[in-house]
Amino acid sequence: MWTGIVIAVLALLGLALVFGALLGFASERFRVEGNPLVEQIDALLPQTQCGQCGFPGCRPYAESIADGDAINRCPPGGESTIIALADLLDIEPQPLDAEHGQEQAKRVAVIREDECIGCTKCIQACPVDAILGAAKHMHTVIESECTGCDLCVEPCPVDCIDMITIEPDIRGWIWSQPAPGIIATDRQEANS
Amino acid sequence: MTQIRDFSGGVHPAENKHVSTGQPIQTAGVPGQLVLPLQQHIGEPAEPAVAIGDRVLKGQIIADVSQGMGVPVHAPTSGVIVSIGDQPVPHPSGMVDKCIVLNPDGKDEWCERYPTSDYRSLDRDQVLGIIKSAGISGMGGAGFPTNIKLKPPRDRKVDTLILNGAECEPYITADDMTMRERASEVVAGLKIMAWLLRPERCVIGIEDNKPEAATALRKATQGTQIEIAVIPTKYPSGGEKQLIQILTGMEVPSGGIPADIGVMCQNVGTAVAVAQAVFEGSPLISRIVTVTGEAVEKPGNFDVLLGTPVEYLLEQASLQPSRASRLVLGGPMMGYTLTTTAVPIIKTSNCIIAATANELPAPPPEQACIRCGQCAEVCPMELLPQQLFWHAKATEFEKAEHLNLFDCIECGACSYVCPSSIPLVQYYRYAKGEIRVQRAEQVKADRARERFEARQDRLEREQQEKELRRKERARAAAEAQAQKQANAEKAVASGEAVDERAAKSVLVEQALARKKASTEASHAKAAAPAKPAQEKPDIDALEKQFSQAQAKLETMQTMLEDAKAQQADNVEKLERAVAKNHDRVKQAEDTLADARKTLAAEPQPTK
Repeated sequence: MWTGIVIAVLALLGLALVFGALLGFASERFRVEGNPLVEQIDALLPQTQCGQCGFPGCRPYAESIADGDAINRCPPGGESTIIALADLLDIEPQPLDAEHGQEQAKRVAVIREDECIGCTKCIQACPVDAILGAAKHMHTVIESECTGCDLCVEPCPVDCIDMITIEPDIRGWIWSQPAPGIIATDRQEANS
Repeated sequence: MTQIRDFSGGVHPAENKHVSTGQPIQTAGVPGQLVLPLQQHIGEPAEPAVAIGDRVLKGQIIADVSQGMGVPVHAPTSGVIVSIGDQPVPHPSGMVDKCIVLNPDGKDEWCERYPTSDYRSLDRDQVLGIIKSAGISGMGGAGFPTNIKLKPPRDRKVDTLILNGAECEPYITADDMTMRERASEVVAGLKIMAWLLRPERCVIGIEDNKPEAATALRKATQGTQIEIAVIPTKYPSGGEKQLIQILTGMEVPSGGIPADIGVMCQNVGTAVAVAQAVFEGSPLISRIVTVTGEAVEKPGNFDVLLGTPVEYLLEQASLQPSRASRLVLGGPMMGYTLTTTAVPIIKTSNCIIAATANELPAPPPEQACIRCGQCAEVCPMELLPQQLFWHAKATEFEKAEHLNLFDCIECGACSYVCPSSIPLVQYYRYAKGEIRVQRAEQVKADRARERFEARQDRLEREQQEKELRRKERARAAAEAQAQKQANAEKAVASGEAVDERAAKSVLVEQALARKKASTEASHAKAAAPAKPAQEKPDIDALEKQFSQAQAKLETMQTMLEDAKAQQADNVEKLERAVAKNHDRVKQAEDTLADARKTLAAEPQPTK
């Protein structure tokens, strides 16, 4: 009887050791550098780099979210980003935190070029290097690269930067979702 | 005989084609004003090549494409450019786009044309160039630039060239009439395309509801290897993918193009345009448009100049405004309702339906899906319309995409059969649009992230470099200081100038110390309560001062001479110092003389 127990204990011990060694090896061999969740969160953020969330860029905010920060601090991403983040992190979506700003239509910075004095302050402020220019020469915004983050407006000493809302044009137009119709019986009621 | 296969699904809507085939193609004439959108096809819009006030000739290029995918726009008749700007264009959004407006002068004067009688003697790229500069884009509907389509990638050999004369949508008869009346041009265009592509097979696919067109083409293709395939009438057999399946039995892979399976489809109207471009040198400036519907008195097909306002065209067909309830551009299955008649006819407009309220009633309200499954039965692409609808409605676009939403050809068969009148196609178009927008945003976000990270890296690097430079400078300064100190100490210790500079610096330091001491002393003197009686000038001290000054001057002078001899860079400074010393010696001498005088003048109190 004792032999049986000893054999069982030894066998289990042996198995435990083998699997422990395997797991230990795997955790070393297949170690993932950094937090992969941060990458996934960062991919969902709009990359405006505006800092409205209180962090210096989208990645720092992604890191903070991975550490358990609120997901509703990104006004440029708005509701869709919050929903996507809630989906990813499997938490309840929250309404946008108004403290950090309102969701706005897509905008782009435009420099009134004849008023620009060439101070390079906006160039230094632009988080995505979307402003082109040199000291004492006119600057201009590369519209296709501008994220509409607003950060260049404040430093401009002559206030020559406008944030222009991008108007929908024929090339950016898409079909809208069909309006929810009311069924015939409801319509009769509505008419009567 | 060509083997005819079937495709799954499809519907048989009322054809209503006889309405517009009663009379031959008529010329619509020249309207009072032509509006030419700069973008009439898929790809890049053209850039205006004329200015307001310019007189242009018929066939002259008025807008050209310098780069990207696109074809030029030509003046449909001679006249004057009156404006370049936003005008309503035929688009489901009802929005405006950039257009060139031309006022015809009525002379209809052609520009110089260069017809080619023997295209076979030209290079294939030259012929493609002719097709491009003639501004030809696909005239069946989507409007893909024909010259690009006719040059498939090198690894995609086109074995079968299909000319699409199926024209499966109800009401439209533009291709039917083109084949009936311009069969020879259709065949000539097909021959040019066949020469360009060198396929093994050329097939013209025609639905069996167009026997006249088939007869005309049979006659025109006699003695050639071109096959005429008469296919059963079923909507949407004229869809590119469906026609390919009917005629070859092959399916275009999802997300692929027909060239992937060695097939190419061209519209019969495009073939005519190609023939005219090569043999006449005429660019694409007009097209056949069907004007039909119960609200026009004289429905038929018109040869219409591009840019002709729909309004003018409807007048030609005697529109009865009181009867018209809805204007549709394109067919009843895939077309869209026009909100204004001010829009022009463009290269892809094939039909205008002025329908009465009975003919095309307003869609009844959407009701709940009853899961009857009819939509899945009729879907020619074998998709799951019901599932796509659920996902699109719930904005679960990823799931819809997963169910091959992008394979949907938007034929409208599902909406046609839906007993709940759900505008299914609009849901799919909406979902596709949203997905495209999201993709574009994702691309932009990725680029913004890349740029942001690159900038962060750069700033960090710059910071590091700055730090490094600062450290380097600090280290160099410290070293120099240490060196100097060591040299000075050495010089002081050995009592001789090892290094001239160090020696001098030692001298300077000593001088400084002396100067400090003297100023302190003088301060102390000044600070000390001055005795009322003038102190006796200390002749001895003054003499000593004088001799010291003189000695210093002498050393200075020797140093200056040394420096001069060695051409050292401090000659100037030394010269200045010598001059100063001269002054000082003089001053000392004067003071000494003064002191002596006072002494001599003063009575000796005690002696």
